[in-house]
Amino acid sequence: MLGSTGRVPAGTPVLEVSDLQVTFPGRETPDVRAVRGLSYTLAAGEVLGIVGESGSGKSVSSLAVMGLLPGTAVTTGSVRLGGQELLGLKDRELAQVRGKRISMVFQEPLSALTPVYTVGDQVAEAVRVHNRVTRQAASARAVELLDLVGIPYAATRAKAFPHEFSGGMRQRVMIAMAIANDPDVIICDEPTTALDVTIQAQILEVLQAAQRETGAGILMITHDLGVVAGLADRVLVMYAGRPVEVGSVDDVYYRPRMPYTMGLLGSIPRVDERGRSALVPIEGTPPSLAALPTGCPFHPRCPMAIDLCFTSEPALERVGGPSHAAACHLSGVIDDQDLGPVDVYPVPEIPAAAALRLPRPDRPHVLDVQGLVRHYPLLHGAVIKRQVGTVQAVDGVSFDIREGETLGLVGESGCGKTTTLLEILELKAPQQGRVVVLGRDTSGLTGQQRTALRRDVQVVFQDPMASLDPRLPVGDILAEPLRTHGTPKDQVWPRVHELLRLVGLQPEHASRYPQHFSGGQRQRVGIARALALEPRLIVLDEPVSALDVSIRAGVVNLLEELKTRLSLSYLFVAHDLSVVRHIADRVAVMYLGRIVEIGDVDQVYGAPAHPYTQALLSAVPVPDPRKERARRRILLQGDLPSPADPPSGCRFHTRCPRFAALDENARRPCLDLDPGLVPIAEDQQAACHYAEPLRVV
Amino acid sequence: MATFLIRRLVNYLILILVATTGAYFLAATSLHPRANVAGRNPPPPVAVVDRQLTALNINDKTPVLDRYAIWVKGVAHGDFGRTWDNNSVNAEMGRRMGVSLRLLFVGTVLGSGFGVLVGAYSAIKQYRPSDHAITLVSFLVLSMPVFVLAVMLQIAAVKINKTVGHQVFQYSGETSAGLTGGFWTHLGDRLQHLVLPTLTIVLGQIAIFSRYQRNSMLDVLDSDFVRTALAKGLRRRAALLKHALRTALIPAATFFAYSFGLLLVGATFTEKIFGWHGMGEWLIDSILTNDINAVVAISCFTAVLVLIAGLLSDVAYAVLDPRVRST
Repeated sequence: MLGSTGRVPAGTPVLEVSDLQVTFPGRETPDVRAVRGLSYTLAAGEVLGIVGESGSGKSVSSLAVMGLLPGTAVTTGSVRLGGQELLGLKDRELAQVRGKRISMVFQEPLSALTPVYTVGDQVAEAVRVHNRVTRQAASARAVELLDLVGIPYAATRAKAFPHEFSGGMRQRVMIAMAIANDPDVIICDEPTTALDVTIQAQILEVLQAAQRETGAGILMITHDLGVVAGLADRVLVMYAGRPVEVGSVDDVYYRPRMPYTMGLLGSIPRVDERGRSALVPIEGTPPSLAALPTGCPFHPRCPMAIDLCFTSEPALERVGGPSHAAACHLSGVIDDQDLGPVDVYPVPEIPAAAALRLPRPDRPHVLDVQGLVRHYPLLHGAVIKRQVGTVQAVDGVSFDIREGETLGLVGESGCGKTTTLLEILELKAPQQGRVVVLGRDTSGLTGQQRTALRRDVQVVFQDPMASLDPRLPVGDILAEPLRTHGTPKDQVWPRVHELLRLVGLQPEHASRYPQHFSGGQRQRVGIARALALEPRLIVLDEPVSALDVSIRAGVVNLLEELKTRLSLSYLFVAHDLSVVRHIADRVAVMYLGRIVEIGDVDQVYGAPAHPYTQALLSAVPVPDPRKERARRRILLQGDLPSPADPPSGCRFHTRCPRFAALDENARRPCLDLDPGLVPIAEDQQAACHYAEPLRVV
Repeated sequence: MATFLIRRLVNYLILILVATTGAYFLAATSLHPRANVAGRNPPPPVAVVDRQLTALNINDKTPVLDRYAIWVKGVAHGDFGRTWDNNSVNAEMGRRMGVSLRLLFVGTVLGSGFGVLVGAYSAIKQYRPSDHAITLVSFLVLSMPVFVLAVMLQIAAVKINKTVGHQVFQYSGETSAGLTGGFWTHLGDRLQHLVLPTLTIVLGQIAIFSRYQRNSMLDVLDSDFVRTALAKGLRRRAALLKHALRTALIPAATFFAYSFGLLLVGATFTEKIFGWHGMGEWLIDSILTNDINAVVAISCFTAVLVLIAGLLSDVAYAVLDPRVRST
């Protein structure tokens, strides 16, 4: 390999971080202590996962290692790379190390590449910075690297600009740059968070290949406990700027000894478990790094906290296995009694919905969508627009929701799930097809009837900050729909207080503004607003995907509880298949504007029949190291085709693993015939010529 | 890209037509060349005046539409008519364009080049003393009218000349009258004349360009791709120049292109004060002398400059930003 420094034997420590502290001094505000004493060792060929929620200091610590923090940050401690101290190095000295012996893959592939240079040039630059090679040699090496990370037609694609690449492809380019000089350490900062789940599976494969190629130690920073379960050898959990638990993956996942780790593990819905029992939420929110509580920073949220926890911060001490350590005064007790998440955290009881006791055909329709079509014209030209194509965002989608049930609508970005939702919310006649809400066809509604129907159909949006007016106090936000729909004046405020209590907030909160709330609380306000008019159907657009893991569980539980108490029906749009399995009764899987599989949630997850559903489910990582290591993923090739030019016949055939395995003759129907939904089981339909149930999770 | 530019070109040509026509009617109805001779003693006979004005196609007794028709016919043949004192507008414009170009070319190139660098430097040193100093000085220059700046420079030049005891700076005209000597003597003389007006222009340009460039640079300084460049092993300066500055030039390009184009007629004060007989000076003079044909010709010229600037900015944008090229 070009510029190879010689491979460090596996197992030798390559990166040693000890007592790393990062502080952002405040001018008038208190200092933000982002990292408070982090120590770890990374060996060659090892994968160390650093797990934590936003604000835990995991990203800041990795930037500190790279020396990429802004000049205002004060970093102390020691970062030794192969014995060389990195902290305090000059720009010139650091530049010789960065990209050569230690490299980094960032979270946001869309903005991490310079828009004005070709992809090939940017990879070649990484080669040329550290090696005396000609321009041609560097370009050739860049093509080689792009090929290595799985970019098809690398020689041609190297001449393309970043905006001509999809997110997944850009992330591959980032990895190509990171491995260009055969580094000893690769830091991956949430490398798959911005990507779809099938693309995430591809990128994780590429990272593993990159590690085999370079023998580097990988530092994998993530908030997703599933991603590291199968990939990492050891895991370090961070909370409020400090490591609170560290150990082998098996120790941390199967024998967590710190209540925070337990809470994290208990609060994530599992794609592989029939989840009708409630999730275990951690109460409260992560502390502000500028105003940490005294003693253990986790004590305000910890169900086990004793007096000692309020006064002294526990050190990271060995517990159980040889490399297992936890920062908890009670870790000894937990270890002795071998407590698990369910022992520590009270599990909320959520009764089953009354309506669900009736068999499905006996319950009335709340929403019935038949053959819904939404095409957008693709326009070209600045002054005189002319149509050059049609984006088939939604192309003939049919499903129904009956009273008291939740339908999860899942699919990757660009599959048309949000368009479907918006079309339903319009309450108008669609371009083609029919939308019937609570027995009323939306095409025949007058303006007045439409307004009346709006009371019954409400929505909760993804981004709780953007969907609440920052200039209105929460009380007014909740009162607005009530006033609009003519609630008598004297009843508005009692109702607002009732709504706040209903979603787990206090009536006093009514006078506060949205920015005074945490993400989870804001989403509760969003839910309260949707509930204000006592709707019967609530459309939820990715309601928990912007929330931290520990907060998410509480909101999911709230949604379930409200559904039962108020006998609501939900249309739950999400890309997170685990959450959908947990909350939904039925699920519809969308691909390129079509539903490819629909049915009972346990049926579809347990025995998916469409190859896309199978690939999607197999791509979802499970926070269970043994299971994850034993799993074999069905990897999809390439990216989603453009909805302006969908493939002939079955739209999935270009990426279909089953199609790839067929012979010429058997492929015929897939190429020519558009498959319709056909029954597979009692409540399961799939649109595939060769539908065949397969257990993947 | 080619079709895109052609379409733009057609749009601009229509724009020029409209602008020039508008300017013609405005000038022809609001300027009164007859007044130039009204104060003469003894007053010239009306018939003579009429004859002269008609010959110049600026007689207000001829219906304006007829005059416009004659004017258009002339322009179609590349003739912008005659000035009120019966010189060729074309010849005058050619001469003055040369003067303005000689004055402004160096000024704009230096001004925008240094403006970009100063702005970028200022952004990198945000909130440090050097950034504050640059901000202060550029606002000082921006808030000072050009004539104040020019006169201050002249005063300073006189002081320097006196102290040195030798005519280092010339502050009037393009060349010294009656100069003898070879090519180098003449070149030196021209440069001596050029320094002060160029400085006037450059300072103003740096002040305004650096503000724009500072803002667009600040937008990209913290962007992820600069961090990526650093992570690759580029040194800070290389990352800032190659990745940040290069990207930050894109939004400023449009503004730069228009400034280039329009400066050619916008240096009125500088030309007046330093006695350069360029386009800017001519615009003021021709309005004062009710010279309809000259005013319209200058308007037309300005419109053409806008066209060139517009095309220039489109091309600059396409050259700088590959995302535009592909659509």
